[in-house]
Order: sequence, then C-alpha cells, then structure tokens
Amino acid sequence: MDFDIVIGLEVHIQLSTDTKLFCGDSAAFGGSPNSHISPVTLALPGTLPVLNKKAVEYAVKLGLSLGCEINKHSFFDRKHYFYPDLPKGYQTSQSSNPVCLGGGIKVNVEGEEKYLAIHHIHLEEDAGKSIHDADPKYTCIDLNRAGVPLMELVTEPVLSSSAEAFAFLTELRKLVRWIEVCDGNMEEGSLRCDANVSIKPKGAVQLGTKVEVKNLNSIRNVRRAIDAEVERQVKLVTSGGAVVQETRGYDADKNITLGQREKELANDYRYLPCPDLPPFEITKEELVRVKATIPKLPQFLYDNYVNEYQLPAQDAQVLTEEKSISDFFNTVAGKNNNYKAVANWILGPVKSLLNEKSVGIEELALSPEKLSDIIDLVASGAVNFSTASGKLLPAILGNDKDVKALASELGLVQVNSESDIEVWVDEVLAKMQDKVAEYKKGKKGLIGLFVGEVKKISKGKADPKKTTDILQQKLQ
Amino acid sequence: MQQFQNITAYQQALRSKSITCVEAVNYYIQQIATKKHLNAFINTYEAAALKQAAELDALPENQWKPLHGVVIAIKDVLNYKGFPVTAASRMLENYTSIYNATSVQRLLDNGAIIIGSCNCDEFAMGSSNENSAFGNVLNAADESRVPGGSSGGSAVAVQAGLCMASLGSDTGGSVRQPADFCGIVGYKPTYGRISRYGLIAYASSFDNVGIFANNVEDISVILNCIAGEDPHDGTSIRETYNGEITATDQKFRFAYLKPTIDLPGLNPEIKTALESYFKKLEDLGHSVTAIEFDLLDFIVPTYYVLTTAEASSNLSRYDGVRYGYNSGGSLALDDFYKQNRSNGFGKEVKRRIMLGSFVLSAGYYDAYFNKAQQIRRLIANKTKNIFDNYDALLMPVSPHTAFRFGEKSGDAVSMYLADIYTVYANLAGIPAISIPKFTHSNGMPFGFQVHTKSQADNQLLNIANYLTNVN
Repeated sequence: MDFDIVIGLEVHIQLSTDTKLFCGDSAAFGGSPNSHISPVTLALPGTLPVLNKKAVEYAVKLGLSLGCEINKHSFFDRKHYFYPDLPKGYQTSQSSNPVCLGGGIKVNVEGEEKYLAIHHIHLEEDAGKSIHDADPKYTCIDLNRAGVPLMELVTEPVLSSSAEAFAFLTELRKLVRWIEVCDGNMEEGSLRCDANVSIKPKGAVQLGTKVEVKNLNSIRNVRRAIDAEVERQVKLVTSGGAVVQETRGYDADKNITLGQREKELANDYRYLPCPDLPPFEITKEELVRVKATIPKLPQFLYDNYVNEYQLPAQDAQVLTEEKSISDFFNTVAGKNNNYKAVANWILGPVKSLLNEKSVGIEELALSPEKLSDIIDLVASGAVNFSTASGKLLPAILGNDKDVKALASELGLVQVNSESDIEVWVDEVLAKMQDKVAEYKKGKKGLIGLFVGEVKKISKGKADPKKTTDILQQKLQ
Repeated sequence: MQQFQNITAYQQALRSKSITCVEAVNYYIQQIATKKHLNAFINTYEAAALKQAAELDALPENQWKPLHGVVIAIKDVLNYKGFPVTAASRMLENYTSIYNATSVQRLLDNGAIIIGSCNCDEFAMGSSNENSAFGNVLNAADESRVPGGSSGGSAVAVQAGLCMASLGSDTGGSVRQPADFCGIVGYKPTYGRISRYGLIAYASSFDNVGIFANNVEDISVILNCIAGEDPHDGTSIRETYNGEITATDQKFRFAYLKPTIDLPGLNPEIKTALESYFKKLEDLGHSVTAIEFDLLDFIVPTYYVLTTAEASSNLSRYDGVRYGYNSGGSLALDDFYKQNRSNGFGKEVKRRIMLGSFVLSAGYYDAYFNKAQQIRRLIANKTKNIFDNYDALLMPVSPHTAFRFGEKSGDAVSMYLADIYTVYANLAGIPAISIPKFTHSNGMPFGFQVHTKSQADNQLLNIANYLTNVN
C-alpha cells in the first residue's frame, strides 16, 4: 500500500528585540536565572503590559518578506492555562486576529521548485523555563525567557516530505537572519519547530489523523523525526492499526518518536481578547516605513546573479546563503565587473580564510577595494592566482598599503621576461640531468616536476605558463 | 484641630502657620485610633506619614506642591512601595508591594501624605464590604449598616473624618455607591483618565481609580495631580489633564433615563426626592428631559458576564508559586493550585472566577461573552447619542440606602441587581459622580449621580459642583 505524507509545520521564531514583548526587561538569551525580571514579568499584582512597537515592526517585516497580507487591525488574546513557568496564568498571544496572513516560501527540492504556503503568523510571548534536573527535590523556574517576543508561523498542511520540511526551515532560517529579526539559532531555542504529521492512502482526499511531533532542536532532527514518525505510522496502518491524535516527542539518540506521558486533556484555553492592550493598527505609512528597512532578499539577488552577472547557479546559491557574504560580494562587484572572478575569490580563498580563522566576513579586516585590486593584479598577470590567494591575501588583511606595492615588497610579482626565466630553467635542467634523460625517453609527465622546481627556486615569481613554454623548447 | 472645609482652606491654615502637617497627621492618627471599631483601615502608616509630614513642614512655601500636606487614604488594592497590599484577601495577606501605582506615585510627587490602606471587598468584588478577609467596615452614620462596597473603607475614612480624601476603585460603582451610602462625594473618571498601573485588577476594561472627598473642589484638585497619560498603562488616555472648577450661570440640558426612575425596585422616597429635585432644576431654567432607554434590563447581566470573564483571567496569576497564599505541603501540581486557590480566595471571588470561566468556555463563549460584548457596544453607542443632545445625565445611585449587615448577603443575585444604576457608566466608559443631597426617613443619606460624555471630566465636575449648591 502506498501512502501520501502530509506535513504542516509550526515554527516559533524568537524575535531579536532588545526588550520583551510587554515590558522593558532584557530579552537577551542566558543571563543568570531570574535576572531579567521586573514586576511585569513576575506578574505582580497591579502590573500591566505595554506593547513593544519594535516587535510589531519585526513581525510586519517578516510578513512582508514572506509575501503575507498584513492585518491592518490586530489585537492580542489571552490563552489560559496554569503552569509554574507561566506567571500570569495565561499567555498573551493572538488567536482570532494574527498580524500576518498567507504568504509562503519557494523551495527547491531535488531540482523541483515548490511553493509552500503559510496559513498565518502571529505574535505571542514566550513562557519561562522549568528546570527539572537542577535540584533533587524541586523544579526550578527561570523567568528570564518569560515575555520574550515570539512569532509563531503556521504552514498550511502542504508539505509532502521531510525533505520539503528541511528545505522550508533552511530557507526560513536564512530569511529571518537576512532581515535580522531573529538570530536563527536553534540550539539556543531562537527557532523551534513542531511538525504535524499524517499519512493517507495515495490519492485519497480525506486527511489522516495527525500527530504532533515536538522537541525538534535542529533542522536535521526535524527531517529525521518526520521520517521516523512516518515510518511508525506506515507500519501501524499496514499492520491494521489506527493512528491516534496525540503529541509525541522525538528521541534523537534512538531516532524514534515517543508518546508524551502527560495527560492529553481536551484543553480549553478560554481565549479572551486582552483588555489591557488596546487593538493596534498598522497604518499605510508604517507599512511603507517598514518595507524600506527590508534589504534585497536572497531570492531576488539569486536571480540577479544568474541573469545579470551570468554566474553559475551553484555560485549564486552559495553567495546568497548569508547576507554578510552577499553584501560583500555586492560591494566588490560594484567596483569590479569581473563578476566570475569576484565570485571565485569570495567562494574560494576568502571563505577558506574565514573557516580557518572561524570568523565572519565583517571581522576579517578585508576591504572590498583591496580584494578588487588583487583580482585586477591577478588578471593583469602580475601575480599568479595561487601566490595571490596564499600570500598576498593574508598579507593585505588590516593593511593599508597599495596592493601592487605590497606584492613587489613581498617579491610576489611574477617575472615574465624570457631571459630571466631561462636562467632558472637552465639551472634546473643542469641539476636534474637524469630526469631530463628520462623525459627525453618519453616520460613527458616529468614536465610538471621541472615547472615546480623552477617555481621553487624563483620563489614563485616565474610565470608558470612562460616557464612551461621555455622548458618545452629546451627539452626538444 | 478642626476639620477644614476643603483642601484650599487647609493649605491656607498651613500658610498662616496656624497648623502644621505633623499636627494634621497626628490629628488623623488620633481619629483613626478613636474610630478603630469602624474597621475602615487594614493598615495604617503612622511612622511613614509623620516622617513625610515633617519633611513637608521643612519645605519653603515656594516648593509646595498642589497636594501639600493633604492626608489621604488609599484603598488596599493600590500598590504603595514598601507597604503591604492585600486586596482584602487571604491570598495576599503577607504580601508587600515593591513598586508604586502611578496614582500613588503622583499623590506622593504632589506632596500628599498617605495615612493608610483602606478595607474593601476582597479583590474589589462586592457592594457592601461584607466580603473582606479582614472583616466588615461599619457605616459611621449607623453602625448597624453597611458602608457600601467595594471601596467601603475608603468611603468611611472620609465620612468619619479619618483623612481628608481617599482613593478607591470603581469597576461597577465601587466608589459612587459607598459614597452615596456614606453621604460624601464619589467620583469615577472616564475610563483611562487615571492610570490603572498598580491598581490590582478586577476587570481591566471596567476598572478605574476613583476619588472620595467631602466636596467636588477637592476631587478636582486631586484629579489634576493624578490624571493623565501613563506610559505604563496602554489604555490610559493619551493626554495630560488640567481641569478647574469655576462658577457658572449656564442653563444645562439635563436628561434622565425614564426606566431608571420607573424601576419597580427603586425606593419610593428616593424616587420622590429625585422627581421633586428635577422639578426644582426646571424651575431654575434648566431643562430636564425623560428619555426612553430599552437596554436597562440588559445592563446588569452584561456587566456580570464581562467583568467575571475578565476577573477569571486577571486572577489566574494568584497561584501561590511566586507570591501569595501557599498552603504548603508536598503536593502534585494540580492539587497545589487547587489548595492555594481554594483556601486563598473567599467565597464571592471564587463565585465570580467560576462564573467567568464558564462564560469563556468552549461552547458557551458565543452565547454569553460574545453576546455581552455586543450589548456593551450597543450601550456605548446609545450613550454617545444621548450626549449629542444633552449636557448631563442624572440617575439614582442605588435603589435603596445603606442596608443592615446580613440583610442581603445571602442572595448574590439581588445584590448584583442593586448595581443597576452604577454599572452603566463602567459599561459605557463615561465619567460619573455621586453627590449627597438628601436624608432618608431611615436617617441614612442618599443623593444622585451625574454623568457626562466620555472625556468631559472637567465639565462633569463643574456641573456636579453647581448641583451641590442647588438644594
């Protein structure tokens, strides 16, 4: 029996605002337990929430970037339940009137493009943390996170594989980082994902019973958990069983999903429009203002790189994975229209340097002008690529010197004059007479050895192409 | 020390040095001690008040603020930093506030002296002050009778001369009704006029900080100091407030809702008194028009559905985890909550939480909460239309005068129904004031309410001040 897989995702996106959603406490991750707690966070008697305008702005920013419709009038609801890390006894969230409706993300899975539609995105506050393993007798509560702004993004149930879920989350994480509304750090919980998974007989219209899989703390685990859950459901159904609606956790070590032990009571959250927060309006002017803060998005840049700069799709893809890299590329490409060379340099030597030093491009002290000058210098033949990338590039970091002057100073400028190269060639051939004899007997592959030797004694200055030509003449 | 006619007269005496702030505070401490049996206060702050008074006495006159030396009591639902705030509940019996309510902060900033926290119905829920964990408050005009509620202690504190003025809270009449039962002036501002920050919430979209005083001028002086936009309260009106009481010879267009006077439950003496008073106003050249109003029957149910819904939500935070009543012992989480909330809250509070939870629950939301919200909108719209044609709306405060202890406490519904005249202003969000005017044959005082359109608080106080002098 074949099955269709139907997946919907609920993604919690922690907004990177300085302060919490309804008060001035720091929203920073970490901090010693219960150090970001004012009377409002503690829900002391008489305290009131005041809406953080920045959080609304970020929500609108994300909504516009995902092509959502922005609700002009929006309000908050209270969602009631008791839990020790929920100080007010309700979570201030949005139920009937979310900030963003619709929208979606275009993903590419195994060469096939698909548009994954979003149902809505709403704003809400996070709860605190219950820590069960810090003390043998007590559960400890840390309220630093209580009230930190989140957006909850809910997709339509339109994903049909774990690969699509993986691609969706990868694109979403890239986007939230790109527009700087969330740091996208899944380990710190800035991005959290639950997956609603169901199966149905292939082609059937009626959706199967869905299971919510929780505790997915990396994009990779989302994929694995979905696969594990699908496998479980398929086994269950093909052996005559039925899927029950429930919440399951994912055990990454065993790669299985497990039913949550907590009682599954039918929750009645008794939603109530929050009377402490007046409905808020997002005006046309605000939309225009927020729109202006959105940088060019990766999809737009990708198309631009491929169509205008004629870059290969692979280059365009990698260049648009991180905004800082793309920004750097754009700056260099603005000075140097040798776009392919600029891409090669950034994706090659520059990225290697970043990896080697474990830093981001903004910390590398490489000015776009200098890189452009190096590219020109290589193009002119004055310095060869490997010398330029291996020696000149590291030397120019944080250095104000003229690139050309620095290359001469370091003795990196290639020697092109035949007479100079001939001197080195003669020296090598004299030194390696046995190899010369072998070459002449037909072991033509030895040419590389001679070129390498010339490079060595010339300290890399001999132009390799000219060297090869001269060697070939002399060995005839 | 003698009682002063108003704040202005008191401050004149301070200026002429015939009295000092310390003497005034000592006088009130003495009065409170003498009338301790009235149970108007939950806590008094003698030492802090005397210290404040001494500091104020040391200030040169050019540094005096508008409430310089004014001795004020606050209802025990307002946060005053470093002092207990109980909401008259076991739940907060041992709780100390760590911040100032905006209204309290502004009192202090303007030179007022806070003498103590007043008894009230638990979490401001009640109409007779019989729901306090700290016992009944006695009406000083007849100690066998209730002072009204929920701000009964604040009313009696002014009535019995235990302070010059007091703050209460008014969610459905909790300032105006006890003022009426005690024969003083009680004012509820336009919703949002005085910040709610630091006022322990009962029903957020109805709650107001209100003012008790012996006269309208004092209310105006205090209001000028504590009203105005507050960045801590998103529902506060976005403007500063500065009103003034001036003499007027304007001829007003008064109206009253016909069914409010025709209500079968309205005490006949109150009805007669109001009708002849309306006649008197007409004789003075004002118009007094009876207008139809077909929503009166819906007012009390709408009010109780919406306020209990909000209350059930607002009181969710009292779980015994971070603060408040904790029954102790090692319990499963659900039992821990149940025990804390069952033992920490009193009967009326629990009744309202259950009612509110019910009207918000799945399956009943549309029939109750949603319907009530729709009616509230209708009432607000209708009210707006009334003030297109009239300057002020006159109304009884309560169908009866202060009743005896226990007389009504067995019947919650009849107690709720008696709120019919006062909950109207809270449903509509408009300002209202009750002013004492008459004495009933049973010896108890009563008066009537004045309402104006939303945000016309200064106009309201001026009309009320004028009416105070029309006898």
